[in-house]
Amino acid sequence: MADPMRIRAQSSGDKATVRVLMSHEMESGQRKDASGKTVPAWFIQEVTAKHNGKDVFSAEWGPAVSKNPFLQFAVKGAKAGDKIAVTWKDNKGDTRTDEATVS
Amino acid sequence: MQNRRETLKQSAVVAGLLATAGFPQFAHAAFNKAAFDAKSVQDSAKAAGATSIAESKDVTITGPDIAENGAVVPLGASTALAGVKHLMIMVEKNPSSLVAMFHVTDAVEANFSTRAKMGQSSDVYAVAIMNDGKALWAKKEVKVTLGGCGG
Repeated sequence: MADPMRIRAQSSGDKATVRVLMSHEMESGQRKDASGKTVPAWFIQEVTAKHNGKDVFSAEWGPAVSKNPFLQFAVKGAKAGDKIAVTWKDNKGDTRTDEATVS
Repeated sequence: MQNRRETLKQSAVVAGLLATAGFPQFAHAAFNKAAFDAKSVQDSAKAAGATSIAESKDVTITGPDIAENGAVVPLGASTALAGVKHLMIMVEKNPSSLVAMFHVTDAVEANFSTRAKMGQSSDVYAVAIMNDGKALWAKKEVKVTLGGCGG
């Protein structure tokens, strides 16, 4: 199981800015190891976010997203105290969900 | 200032990039093959019917002019237009140009940022796919002093 994400959600006006830092290797599938074999790709394919249990955001990623990916988006109508849950799923089927409270 | 010929040429580039992305939507099962198979760019560009693709001032790409480390290039895409379905970030000269594809809903603003790997200096594109199938793009050149795709 992967390390937890760091999520910060800050409300400003009628929206909340969500910043997520995920912990993932994001291997591109382009690199070769010492013996010349290609290191297989291993990256987050799918990211979704829920605001108080309701789906609000989804994205599909390729291997070109950096290692330990950063993501920023803004949820409309989110107030302080609301819950933002972020889930990722990688190409090996591994998945992780973390939740944060809007401040 | 761009003339019409240059604009058309660049539109063709984006059409190719879009085709790599499996426009309009790629199946999850075929993620790697369909979305990132660079060989099929030309063929799928035609199949995608990417004729309604145009540069737009309403789409914004944000990024540095010079990125010292190509492994971590902060890139953002945003648009103020209504009726956007997807926002995509692409790096033209990467082995697979599509970096990320964000699905825009009513509940989130069409403004996303992330960090991308870049193998070399290249144009980066923000492409907005509208609900009616039109594609609007904006580009920015990012110079990379140290590539991010090698060891």
